[in-house]
Amino acid sequence: MLTISHVRKTFNKGTINEKKALQGINLHLKPGDFVTVIGGNGAGKSTMLNMIAGVYPIDSGKIEIDGVNISREPEHKRAQYIGRVFQDPMRGTAAGMQIQENLALALRRGQKRGLSWHIKNEEMDFYREALTRLDLGLQTRMTSKVGLLSGGQRQALTLLMATLERPKLLLLDEHTAALDPKTARKVLELTDEIVNEQNLTTLMVTHNMKDAIQYGNRLIMMHEGRVIYDVEGEEKKNLQVEDLLKKFEEHSGEEFANDRMMLAK
Amino acid sequence: MNFVALQGAVAQGVLWGIMVLGVYITYRLLNISDLTVDGSFALGGCVCATLIINFGMNPILALVIAALAGMAAGAATGILHTVFEIPAILAGILTQISLWSVNLRVMGGKSNLPLLKTETLISGVGDKLGITQAQSAMIVGVIVAILIVWGLYWFFGTELGSALRATGNNELMIRALGVDTNRMKLIALMLANGLVALSGALVCQNQKYADINMGRGAIVIGLAAIVIGEVLFSKAINFGLKLSSVVVGAVVYFLIRAIVLDFGLNTNDMNLFTALFVAAALSIPVFMAKYHAKHDYSETVEEDEA
Repeated sequence: MLTISHVRKTFNKGTINEKKALQGINLHLKPGDFVTVIGGNGAGKSTMLNMIAGVYPIDSGKIEIDGVNISREPEHKRAQYIGRVFQDPMRGTAAGMQIQENLALALRRGQKRGLSWHIKNEEMDFYREALTRLDLGLQTRMTSKVGLLSGGQRQALTLLMATLERPKLLLLDEHTAALDPKTARKVLELTDEIVNEQNLTTLMVTHNMKDAIQYGNRLIMMHEGRVIYDVEGEEKKNLQVEDLLKKFEEHSGEEFANDRMMLAK
Repeated sequence: MNFVALQGAVAQGVLWGIMVLGVYITYRLLNISDLTVDGSFALGGCVCATLIINFGMNPILALVIAALAGMAAGAATGILHTVFEIPAILAGILTQISLWSVNLRVMGGKSNLPLLKTETLISGVGDKLGITQAQSAMIVGVIVAILIVWGLYWFFGTELGSALRATGNNELMIRALGVDTNRMKLIALMLANGLVALSGALVCQNQKYADINMGRGAIVIGLAAIVIGEVLFSKAINFGLKLSSVVVGAVVYFLIRAIVLDFGLNTNDMNLFTALFVAAALSIPVFMAKYHAKHDYSETVEEDEA
C-alpha cells in the first residue's frame, strides 16, 4: 500500500540551524493497516506525514502508494490518494464558507474542478446522512458558515471531509491534541469507527501512549528521524505504557524526561 | 450642483464600478492586495484608445482586446507571485511600474491620446437613442455591469470558482483537497485585471481620451467603493447582492466626490481626501472594537451586582 524507502530530509542544510528531520526512514504499510506513530518532540513524526503529503520535497528516497511513485508529485496531486486531518482545527476547513460547501469541496478531492455547479442537489442527502452520524447536530445547519463551529466540531467535520471520498491513505497529525479531553475522546472514537468501517490505511501521530496502544493494529516509535520500534498484532495489543518507555530508553539511550510524552502516560 | 453633473458622476461610478468588481475579487475573495490595478486600468484605456485611433478598430472589439491586455498584466503579477514567490503586494507594484513604460509604448510615446471626433460605443449609443453622453454612459455601464455581476455570480458558484474562494479562505486546506492554489491565484489575478482594464477602456471611451495617469489611485478608489458598498449592504448574504453592492459603492463614491468638489475642494486634494476616507473606513471597526473592549469591561460579573 504505502512504501517509504530511505527517505531523508534535512532542513536549513548547511546553516547553523541545520536539522536532520528524517534520516533514512523505511516503512511499509499493508492495506488496512492502522498505524499509530509516537515519539518525542522533534522525532520527525509530523515531518514524515508532511513528506508523504508532499508539503515539502524530500532530499532523497522514494515514497510509493500502491506502486505509484509519488516522491516528486506536488502536494495537490498527491491529494487524490491522501486524506488529511491536522492538529490545528482551523486548518482543515474553510471558515468563511458553508458546511455544505466545505463538504462539496472535499467530495471533489483530487478530481478536476470544472465549470459545473459546485454542489449538486443529489449530493445533499449524502451530506445530511454523513453529518447525522457525527451526532453534533450539524445536519440541520448545513448552510451555516464553518467559522461558527467550535474547534471540536470543526475537527470532526475535517475528519468527515478527509474520508468523504475514500482516501487510499489517511494521515492524522495529532488531530485531537488541540481539543479538550472529552471532545478529543469523541473525535478519536469517531476516527476509529470510520477507519474500521472503511478499512482505511491510516497513519495517526499521537502524543498519548495509551491511545497509541489502544487504537490501531500496529505501532511505530520514532526517534531522531528514524523508526526505532515497530510492533503489530497481539504483541502490540498487550503493550503497556511502561513497555514503551523502556523500549524508548533501550533504543535511544535516553530517558523520556522533560518530554511532553511523559505527561500523556 | 446641477442634475447634469450628478448624472455624469453616476455614469462615472458605474463605469469605474466594473474596476471595483475586479478589486473585489483579489481583495475580498482572494485576500490579496493587488496593486497592479493602477497600471492595468490605464493599460485598458491606452490599448483601447490606440486601437480605435491608430487601427480604426470597432469600439466593442477594442474593449475586448483591452480586457485581454489587462488579463495579461494580471498574469504577469500572478507569475511573479506564484512561480517566483514574490510577495503579492510587491509583485503588483512591479507590474504596475512596468506598465507605466508599457502604456507609453502602446500610445507611441505620447502621454495622452484624445479620441475627439471618433465614435465610441458610448457616443454611438447616445447618438442612436438621442440621449446625452452621460445618460448613454449610464446605460452602457449598467448593462455591462449587470452582465459581469451575473457572470461572476455564475463563475464563483462553479467547482472552479468555489475552489478559488476556498483558496482565499484557507489555502492549506484546499491544497490538501487537491487544488493547485497557484493556478487559482493566477486565474483570479487575470480575471480581476481583465475587468479593471475593461473598466479603463470604458472610461476612456466615455471621457474620449486615454491618459498615462488615468489609473493613478484606482486601487484606493476601489477600496473606498468596496467599503461604502459593504456599509450600505451590510445585511447582504447573497453573493450576487454583494457583487452589486460594490458597483453601487462606486456610484456613491463618485457622487460624494462630485459633491465635495462642488463644495470647493481642490481637485488636487482629491487623492488625499479619498485616502483619508479609506483609512477612516478601515480603522473605524478596529477603533470601535477596542473602545467596546475597554468601555464594556467591568470587574464584577453582572449577576453579582443584582
